[in-house]
Amino acid sequence: MNKKAFPFAAAKTSMSKPSRRDVLKGTAAGLIIGFVFTPRGSRVLAAEAPPPLTNAELVNAFVRVAPDNTVTVMIKHLEMGQGVYTGLPTIVAEELDADWSQMRAESAPANAALYKNLAFGMQGTGGSTAVANSFEQLRKAGATARAMLVEAAAKDWKVPAVDITVSKGVVSHAASQRSATFGALADKAARLTPPADVKLKDPKDFTLIGTNVPRMDNVEKTTGKAIFALDIVRPGMVYAAVARAPRFGATMKTFDPTASMRLKGVISVTPISSGVAVVADSFWTAKQARDALQITWDESKAEKRGTPELLAEYKKLAKTQGQSAKKAGDAAGVLAKAAKTVTADFEFPYLAHAPMEPMDAVVEIKDGACEVWAGCQFQTVDQGNVARVLGLKPEQVTIHTLLAGGSFGRRANFASDFIVETAEVAKTLPAGTPVKLIWTREDDIKGGRYRPMYVHSMTAGLDANGALTAWSHRIVGQSIMKGTAFAGQPGSIDATSVEGASNLPYNIPNIDVELHTTDVGVPVLWWRSVGSTHNAYATEVFIDIMARAAGKDPLAFRQAMLPAEHARHKAVLDLVAQKSGWGTALGANKARGIAVAESFGSYVAQVAEVSRDAKGDIKVERIVCAVDCGIAINPDVIRAQMEGGIGYGLGAVMKGAITLKDGLVEQSNFDGYDVLRMDEMPKIEVHIVPSTANPTGVGEPGVPPAGPAVANAIFALTGKPVTVLPINKAKLSS
Amino acid sequence: MPTSFTLNGQPVTLDVDPEMPLLWAIREKAELTGTKYGCGIAQCGACTVHIDGEAARACVTPVSAVAGAKITTIEGISGKTAEAVQASWQKLNVVQCGYCQSGQIMSAVALLTDKPKPNNDDIDAAMSGNICRCATYHRIREAIHDAATAL
Ligand code: FES
Ligand code: FES
Repeated sequence: MNKKAFPFAAAKTSMSKPSRRDVLKGTAAGLIIGFVFTPRGSRVLAAEAPPPLTNAELVNAFVRVAPDNTVTVMIKHLEMGQGVYTGLPTIVAEELDADWSQMRAESAPANAALYKNLAFGMQGTGGSTAVANSFEQLRKAGATARAMLVEAAAKDWKVPAVDITVSKGVVSHAASQRSATFGALADKAARLTPPADVKLKDPKDFTLIGTNVPRMDNVEKTTGKAIFALDIVRPGMVYAAVARAPRFGATMKTFDPTASMRLKGVISVTPISSGVAVVADSFWTAKQARDALQITWDESKAEKRGTPELLAEYKKLAKTQGQSAKKAGDAAGVLAKAAKTVTADFEFPYLAHAPMEPMDAVVEIKDGACEVWAGCQFQTVDQGNVARVLGLKPEQVTIHTLLAGGSFGRRANFASDFIVETAEVAKTLPAGTPVKLIWTREDDIKGGRYRPMYVHSMTAGLDANGALTAWSHRIVGQSIMKGTAFAGQPGSIDATSVEGASNLPYNIPNIDVELHTTDVGVPVLWWRSVGSTHNAYATEVFIDIMARAAGKDPLAFRQAMLPAEHARHKAVLDLVAQKSGWGTALGANKARGIAVAESFGSYVAQVAEVSRDAKGDIKVERIVCAVDCGIAINPDVIRAQMEGGIGYGLGAVMKGAITLKDGLVEQSNFDGYDVLRMDEMPKIEVHIVPSTANPTGVGEPGVPPAGPAVANAIFALTGKPVTVLPINKAKLSS
Repeated sequence: MPTSFTLNGQPVTLDVDPEMPLLWAIREKAELTGTKYGCGIAQCGACTVHIDGEAARACVTPVSAVAGAKITTIEGISGKTAEAVQASWQKLNVVQCGYCQSGQIMSAVALLTDKPKPNNDDIDAAMSGNICRCATYHRIREAIHDAATAL
């Protein structure tokens, strides 16, 4: 086709020059990508790239106040839907007393010195930490810029700084009736030395924090203009698809490229560490050629067990003593003498993250440097891994962190798998050839890095008064952290395997939590809310089983066991009970279930309402959610994250399962790996507990209570606990 | 063999393998990247475009099948219904990661063009082919009802 004649150009990326400013000096090795988000739509095209920085701008690592009166916040976190491009600028704007319309958001370069996640010690996003770790940092950045603008005005107007006020982006001195915009003061402010110490606002004076400023990325994401890695277009770009081993742990033995090379448009077929890469002039051709490859695999080290074998092994292990993760009192002794004991075993399948945008990246190597365009979630790790593969220094690798089409944990991995693959392919191409590597959905679903499969075995005992006096909980499954930079001492308990179980909030005097860490060749990874995906389910469903055994109301049973130090658990339970009408009549074939979980410092309780139709089919009608995440930066974004977390968790417990047969993954796309759809989404109501505590995360904490709340409602309706997930596999027949 | 059709009101001729799915042709050859890849097998709706006014999955539509047809992508939608949908989506902050939303909007515009006052069952029927892994379904439903009030 004649490209010139075509009237449309896709968004090209462009770079703005790095700043010369002292505070920003550390970023000189990293360029800043020219995607600037504004409340009215981004400037994403080359022609509209942000102007290069000048001396006339007031700059610190996180804030740029420009003469055109815009305030750009450098975002060190990946925007994957959770709202950091909106929430983080809100924090700066608050302390700066800026007007929301002048705020902009821009992705920060990879630079751990400036942009590390204060909770991780490296640049990266995860664990629902974005707002929590940035809150004070960005307040200070905003307050510092404000102090400098005020000082510039004071000097200019020859008035005391204390008499100057700032509101909605205007600096004013009432007595002399003078005022100036940020833009007008930026140049003078830039010449001042930043103050060593700044005073932050009293939270009761917040005017933007706590309001529903609209999402910064609303316009581009509703007009098709938002740029994901899939959308990067570079001159001369080629496309790659990779054939990976069908069994985890297998390696490539031989390959025959003949049939693939015959296809028109195929450029190369090359072995890489994960398999065989095909490069072509279109992704479609690369994929067809990839599918035509003849490859033999060395499966001597491959995992060949299937789900039934693993399940049998896990169940056997669950009967034996594991490594102690928590011990209080004498659970075994008290259970032996309890008035009543109940046992339940739980089964959780592997789960794929299946973010809507499959793994993809663009890499270009030129003149001893490399540029990466991807939804990078661990910038420091990704930069280091690419540098290692290419024999470069990390600072020679420029990371352009793009919007990610979801992640749910998948893009945060210590191997940087899809980015490293792209770099390996780029290395085989002539210098200066950009390559876009795309995983198909099949590659994604079969590609591993799953939420691990688990078996839980639980026993608890009641005394003669129906009080829960002993609790024994065994967890069997793979470690997520093993072999990563976050792993503890060899042989130590992986905290993510037991989170939500070893820190049970309930006052149970005798408790044993034990772990069996299994060795399986299926790669595993954190999946939205990590250990709480299974531990919150097992513990909260078992609490309902015990409440029923004790003949008590599930809410009252929980409340009676929550000690004073868990007042935040209590408060979200109270709020959700009140808002859901807990205890009121629902009508025939309907029931409610309740669950509460703390994860990542946020407290969430949910009440699910389910119904059963004449055929016995269960429908989740409504979920009421109460959340305490400290100070609510943007209540509407918090509500959205709760809604999304509930939908994500619900899809998994109702339908999600990756299963293996003789080591081969049995699902390959959304036809086999079923996810929640529109007609299955319940009505959702979210209520936020007012708080003055420092803000905590919301990306993950909506997930853990959703499954057990629904399961407990089904239990209330059918009298049968749901202990095998997904629920649609469990026998629901009454 | 080149294939000619109308893309967002402009005549185009693409010299690609006639079997190439329309999705890849419009993304890579016409360089319109608003239409997304999510599954490639008509399971997710991320690639939804309008072919002669009807919502269709571009990932399973070979280029040869659209010779002479009028294709509209997210970049090319216009008019009262499209504007109402986009405005409601923005007003209710529907998007999260945003990756599925081009497809969601294309399906919603097709629905509202057909049925300006859809009920919840209509929405379920028209939208259940569009997956959103961020599970923005709740707001999509509200936004469709909200857009309907403007039509
Ligand atoms: S990509 Fe076409 S329906 Fe999923
Ligand atoms: S908004 Fe993320 S997949 Fe729909």
